[in-house]
Amino acid sequence: MAEAVPLWKIFAVFAKIGAFTIGGGYAMIPLIQAELGRRGWIPEEELPDIVAISQSAPGVMAVNISIFAGHRLRGLKGSVAATLGSVLPSFLMILLVAAFFTAFRDNPYVERVFLGIRPVVIALIAVPMVRMARRSCRSWWSWTIAVLSLLLVAFLQVSPVWILLCTLVLGFSLTYARQWKR
Amino acid sequence: METLTLLLELALTFFLIGTFTIGGGYAMLSLIQGEVVLKHAWISAGTFADIVAVSQMTPGPVGINTATYVGYDVLVQATGSPWMGIAGSALSTFALMLPSFLIMLLIVRFYRQFKTSTLYAGTMDFLRPCVVGLIGAAAVVLIVHTTWDGCNPTFSLVRDNFPDRKSWVLLGGGYLLARKGVSPIQLILGAGALGLILY
Repeated sequence: MAEAVPLWKIFAVFAKIGAFTIGGGYAMIPLIQAELGRRGWIPEEELPDIVAISQSAPGVMAVNISIFAGHRLRGLKGSVAATLGSVLPSFLMILLVAAFFTAFRDNPYVERVFLGIRPVVIALIAVPMVRMARRSCRSWWSWTIAVLSLLLVAFLQVSPVWILLCTLVLGFSLTYARQWKR
Repeated sequence: METLTLLLELALTFFLIGTFTIGGGYAMLSLIQGEVVLKHAWISAGTFADIVAVSQMTPGPVGINTATYVGYDVLVQATGSPWMGIAGSALSTFALMLPSFLIMLLIVRFYRQFKTSTLYAGTMDFLRPCVVGLIGAAAVVLIVHTTWDGCNPTFSLVRDNFPDRKSWVLLGGGYLLARKGVSPIQLILGAGALGLILY
C-alpha cells in the first residue's frame, strides 16, 4: 500500500467489474485480472491465492474477492466500497427486471416464454454439478456423501443447512483423528 | 407489524444462507431453494426456476441476483407495494453478504496459516462432494415433488416446470448444448423463443 487509493475509485472500478460479470464468479476473474492488475492494486502473483481463498470461504466468490481486494487497498472501508461497487449494478438491474416481471407474469406470452426456459434452467444447474462431481468425487466415500446429501434434501426435504453442518463436523473430526494418529 | 416480522424472517434466512454457502453460487441456489421454496414456501418451484433464469441473464453472481429477486418478490406478494419490495431485496442482499464479510475479514488476517492448514484441506474434501449432492438436489426438486404419507412416498412431476414431453426435450437439449459451452444467456434466450413457438 504505497499511497491511499480513494474510496470512490475503488467503488467505481468494482462497479465496472460487477456490471460486466455475466454468468457468475468465474466470469469475473479475467476482469479482475485486467482491472486490478493493470492498476497495480494487486500483484499478479497474489491473484491465484485470492481466488482460491475466496472460493473456499462461505458466500459468493465475487463478493469475497471484492472484500479481500478492497481490504488490501484500504482496510475495512475499502472492503465496503469494493463490495458495494460490485453488487450495485446487478442489484439495480434485478430490481428493474423484477418490477417488470411481477407486473407481466400473468401475461400469456410471458408464460409461454418461461415454459420453454424452465427445463433449460435445470440443465444449467446440472452442468456445473456434473463438472464439480468429476473434480471432487473421486472415492467411494465422497460419492456416498454426494448421493446421500442429494437423496436427503431432494426426497426427505431435509434442510441443506443440516446436511452441511453434519458433513462439516464429520469431516473435521475424521481429519483431526487421522492427523492425531500420526 | 406482519411486514416487519416478514422482513426480519427474510433477513435471518438469508444470513443463514450466506453463512452456509460453501462452493459458490450454485450451492447457494440449493440453500435458497431449501429455505425459501421448501421450508417457508414463500415462492413456488415454478417461480423459483423463473427467478434463476432471470438471474443468469443479468450481470452479477447468480446466487446474489436470486437473493435480490426473491427478497423483492416475497415482499411484493405480501404487501403489494413495490417500495416494500425494494426494501426486501436490499435487506436480503445485505443479510446474504454479511457472513462473507465477517469471515473474510478473519481470513484476511490469518490468511497464511489458513492456506497451509491440512485440517482445513481435509475438511473441504468432505464438504465438496456434499455440495455436489446439494446442487443435484436443487435440480431434482425442480423436476419431482415428493409427498410423504407416513412412510409411503408419492412422487409427482412439478407441472409448472414440466407440462409435457417437450419439456424433457428442452432439458436434454439444453444440457448437451450447455456442456458444449454455449453460454447460459444464449440458451435461455433460445429456450424462451422455443417456448413461444411450442406452447
